[in-house]
Amino acid sequence: MNFEIFLFYVFAAILVFSAFRVITVRNPVFAAMFLVLTFFTCAGIWLLLEAEFLAITLVLVYVGAVMVLFLFVVMMLDINVEPGREGFVSYLPVGLLVGAIMLIEMIFLITQRYFKSENFPAPQRAAEDVSNTKELGRLLYSEYLFQFEIAAIILLVAIVAAIALTMRRRPDTKYQKPSEQIGVSKAERLRIVQMPSEKR
Amino acid sequence: MIDAILHTLWTVIKIVAILLPLIISVAYLTLAERKVIGSMQVRVGPNRVGWQGLLQPFADMFKLMTKEVIVPTNSSRFLFLTAPILSLAPALAAWAVVPFDDGLVLADVNAGLLYILAMTSIGVYGVIIAGWASNSKYAFLGAMRSAAQIVAYEIAMGFALIGVLMIAGSLNLGDIVRAQSGGFFSWFLLPLLPLAVVYFISGVAETNRAPFDVAEGESEIVAGFHVDYSGMAFAVFFLAEYANMIMIAALTSIMFLGGWLSPIDGFGDGIHWFLIKTAFCLFLFLWFRATFPRYRYDQIMRLGWKVFIPVTIVWIAVVGFAVYFELGPWFQVRANGI
Repeated sequence: MNFEIFLFYVFAAILVFSAFRVITVRNPVFAAMFLVLTFFTCAGIWLLLEAEFLAITLVLVYVGAVMVLFLFVVMMLDINVEPGREGFVSYLPVGLLVGAIMLIEMIFLITQRYFKSENFPAPQRAAEDVSNTKELGRLLYSEYLFQFEIAAIILLVAIVAAIALTMRRRPDTKYQKPSEQIGVSKAERLRIVQMPSEKR
Repeated sequence: MIDAILHTLWTVIKIVAILLPLIISVAYLTLAERKVIGSMQVRVGPNRVGWQGLLQPFADMFKLMTKEVIVPTNSSRFLFLTAPILSLAPALAAWAVVPFDDGLVLADVNAGLLYILAMTSIGVYGVIIAGWASNSKYAFLGAMRSAAQIVAYEIAMGFALIGVLMIAGSLNLGDIVRAQSGGFFSWFLLPLLPLAVVYFISGVAETNRAPFDVAEGESEIVAGFHVDYSGMAFAVFFLAEYANMIMIAALTSIMFLGGWLSPIDGFGDGIHWFLIKTAFCLFLFLWFRATFPRYRYDQIMRLGWKVFIPVTIVWIAVVGFAVYFELGPWFQVRANGI
């Protein structure tokens, strides 16, 4: 067993453990932190697969941005765990049904001939000077340009929709207008009063 | 087997050779800060411990090490003690890809710039977790402020770096420096001046330094996210903040000031130029702190979202145009093999 395989098993063990803890731990903040750990070890496994661009992007986007906002929300919400358990029994059949359907789908997929492990020989190791990032960029901006642009438009629509859904105009809020604040002159703020000096 | 062990040992020695000077620099940066701000305010600064106060950092360190680490009641003990480590570790890990001189780098990776961005974006966890785990309103407010601020300024920072990699044509930090060779006028400072300014100011905001230090604004929320920390746990936060400052200064000198290159072409390139440039950027940090009053929180958000991000987007478009048409003298593609 060489060192890489050893590393893979270490990462995989941490990954499975932390993914399991995400759904079993009581405190939502701990759950979010376990999800961060999951992403991080996943990035480690991707690095072993020589997908360094994807691995670093996973850390950058999911750990560095998405999960930070997630934690932000989870901390603010003050979720109480107990009321969530009230409907456990009544929801159980639906949950079991959905879980069973997903399991059966997975089994169908994995046992089909396309997904058998002998159809996936270990890939050739890339040469040392091959830049993962460059290859990915070349493919994205030449062969898959159309799909890439469509994905970009979908994301743009999602951003516009999210802003449009959450924006509320509240006329009673007193916003500060920095341009007006900067534009004030001395005459508007200061009044010099001439007074005769008093005599004792 | 022997080879592997020797290789590991050699790497560990290299890591120590980076970290030890870094930690000593952090210690003396705190002294430099007090001395510089002192002289800017016509004071002497610390001058009691050692000659001209030169041993002051060690006195501070011994004081912090011998103090008790108090864990507040009802705090989340595990996260409370992990938070300082979470903020320190990325600050140190990012140094792995920083080139000190031509070829003098721990890990010469292709996606170095992305790695730096990823590592600096993880640093915010320490602050958020510290604020939450302390179970204190002040700490929590500080954590919330800092998280929103870091997320806002990270975008401007990333955009500023996109300009750098467009003109350098590489994500490798060593190649970025090599693309700037040819004296002061070939550095990225002049063609990317708006991005350089945005990057450095965002760096100041990202490290929660004055005038963007609302996360620990003493006058409103005592000390922000580390209000409940004492002793060594506090010292680790302190260490992380100063290590991040040095990191941002080093990155600014690599991306925009030509790293180890001398301002006159071929005239004594070397690690000393990298150190001089980094020290200059660090001096700017201290200078800002002594000069500017603290921003109001809404002004910080406005500056980040409504000023810096549009400025960077416009300049990325300009650079894209210039690089596409290879406008001289600055925008010819420089890296080999593109």
